[in-house]
Amino acid sequence: MRHVISLLIENESGALSRVSGLFSARGYNIESLTVAPTEDASMSRMTIVTTGSDEIIEQITKQLNKLVEVVKVVDISEAAHIERELMLIKVRATGKDREEVKRTADIFRARIIDVTDASYVVELTGNQAKLDAFVGAIDPALILETVRSGVCGIGRGDRVLKL
Amino acid sequence: MVLTGAEIVIRCLQEEKVEYVFGYPGGAVLYLYDALFQQEEVRHVLVRHEQAAVHAADGFARSTDKVGVALVTSGPGATNAVTGIATAYCDSIPLVIISGQVPTAAIGQDAFQEVDTVGITRPCVKHNFLVRDVRDIASTIKKAFYLAKTGRPGPVLVDIPKDITIAKCDFEYPKEISMRSYNPVVRGHQGQIKKAVQLLLEAKRPMIYTGGGVVLADAAEQLTRLTRLLGYPVTNTLMGLGGYPASDRQFLGMPGMHGTYEANMSMHYCDVLLAVGARFDDRVIGNPAHFAEEPRKIIHIDIDPSSISKRVKVDVPIVGDVKEVLEEMIRQLEAGAARPHADHLGTWWKQIEEWRSRDCMAYRNSNEIIKPQFVVQKLWEVTGGNAIVTSDVGQHQMWAAQYYHFDQPRRWLNSGGLGTMGVGLPYAMGAQLAHPEAQVACITGEASIQMNIQELSTCKQFRLPIKICNLNNRYLGMVRQWQQIFHGARYSESYMDSLPDFARLAASYGHVGIRVDRPSDVEDAIREAFVKHKNDLVFLDFQVDQTENVYPMVQGGKGLTEMILSAEDL
Repeated sequence: MRHVISLLIENESGALSRVSGLFSARGYNIESLTVAPTEDASMSRMTIVTTGSDEIIEQITKQLNKLVEVVKVVDISEAAHIERELMLIKVRATGKDREEVKRTADIFRARIIDVTDASYVVELTGNQAKLDAFVGAIDPALILETVRSGVCGIGRGDRVLKL
Repeated sequence: MVLTGAEIVIRCLQEEKVEYVFGYPGGAVLYLYDALFQQEEVRHVLVRHEQAAVHAADGFARSTDKVGVALVTSGPGATNAVTGIATAYCDSIPLVIISGQVPTAAIGQDAFQEVDTVGITRPCVKHNFLVRDVRDIASTIKKAFYLAKTGRPGPVLVDIPKDITIAKCDFEYPKEISMRSYNPVVRGHQGQIKKAVQLLLEAKRPMIYTGGGVVLADAAEQLTRLTRLLGYPVTNTLMGLGGYPASDRQFLGMPGMHGTYEANMSMHYCDVLLAVGARFDDRVIGNPAHFAEEPRKIIHIDIDPSSISKRVKVDVPIVGDVKEVLEEMIRQLEAGAARPHADHLGTWWKQIEEWRSRDCMAYRNSNEIIKPQFVVQKLWEVTGGNAIVTSDVGQHQMWAAQYYHFDQPRRWLNSGGLGTMGVGLPYAMGAQLAHPEAQVACITGEASIQMNIQELSTCKQFRLPIKICNLNNRYLGMVRQWQQIFHGARYSESYMDSLPDFARLAASYGHVGIRVDRPSDVEDAIREAFVKHKNDLVFLDFQVDQTENVYPMVQGGKGLTEMILSAEDL
């Protein structure tokens, strides 16, 4: 099962490696991991997408909680939540492809944020499936480069992850 | 008061009432050693290798309820310390390790004796710090001691660059520390405890299984009271020996790979299992799938939530300090009228006594050749069961655990989790310094002792009257045993050739060395060591049976009930 784990961690050097080291040392999967400071600069928020059985996910949350610098851990995928990921994709845009890429970007409500004679950089935000679908909709031969941020997640409504 | 970073470090150690620092100087810690030199409260024990510094601090901590402290230099000093740190981590021993680091400006420049100490030790410490500002030293060391000894204890490393030790600032030691990200649970959940007590009282075939957590929490007294109140059988793991008096009838011996028949059978066939400060590790329950075949309810008390339901699904988890939770269980039991069901318990004990009557610890003694078990038995007799016993890792470790009966906690020091050969002598050093009047014995083998034999020199310098009992079988005995059973008796690299004459080696360090060849000389030799040479380190080199194996044995991957009881079962 796929899970999205959000956590607050002290914004100190080495904190990220404690988390990533835990995953590699114990053989847990990381599909993606994002991290950046929160509105309180002394704390960072991390979103980890992982997969595993219920027992493994239980161990992952317990082991994360055990890290001294981790302030709070929540499996946000246990309830209603929102996931978003940002993708920047550079595609070849010449001849008839130029118009086709533009049209596809419009359909996905993506934005073209860099234009040259021969290429576009397209910016697209959404859940993982939407980003995957966009990549699938573009002729692979046109794709020059892609970069994805990894998933950010937040609980819906009253569910708040705060100190 | 304005002090240098180095002076602040030493002042912090004084504030923490540190009696001994085990260490080894070097370039990055010269200022620290200079500050150490100019005071008398904190005494320094100069070891001969940094690994032994950490082990000795670890032995000091295991034999007391204090935090052990080690001090090493940067680079190789720190890497040598890693085995010691990992050993302490696996057994949850509270340590503070201070390591020197190259000056801040040189970090990352591949400087002389530079390694990423914080990076290297990260997976084997409870936490670690790199101090980047002299103003952070005091609060960091305060945090280090707090983290080391609270919650599930463990080693904490503080890495201090050389320039930070010369920088100056005002010194004030924080009285208290609080960390928003670290709040270990102490008191167990009342509802869960109530549920546990209820379940225990309803049990038909109860069993109490306890580990190192009872020793670490100093809860032996509570465990003993609860066990006697209930009248239930109890087993202590390798790490938990001494948690319950081994000489008591309710004690079934150690469980697991080399545990007793009665302990393993009771673990397997009980209907309610109370696990206290133990973690169902692979050497204790064998194959978890086999263990799960027999239905039973499990209550698990542990300070670390991640230990609960890790390998075995638990029915009543209780997160909290073992001592507090046991106290509460006793209180509830005493307050209530309900008592265990005498008939069921009687039937269960009858079954257990039948298992016990197999006498699985019997071995065939000899008049010709010294049996290693016999040496441990004699050691137990001569020391009246009152010695602090350390061991290394291998067959001798198991024989020590099986045949030296520990009636009190913190008397048995060994590397259970990591299984580090070479801990025995430095553990004994730490224990002897902590308990100058105690009889301290190091049960070891000719292979393990050579992994830190240089410490004989430290023992001379600090006049440590340790008694080393070397069960010398000229083999890596446990490796040889596995090769015999699982590898067609192909003894690949397990024979120890070209051994030194240990008695003369000990003598060359200024100690007493005694070689013992005959069974009839064993007791006299031990007496000579403990009585005549009470104040000397004595190296007893027992030439023991080369072919003796440790039984009972549960082979890796097998279930607890699938035991080999003796050589005849092979």
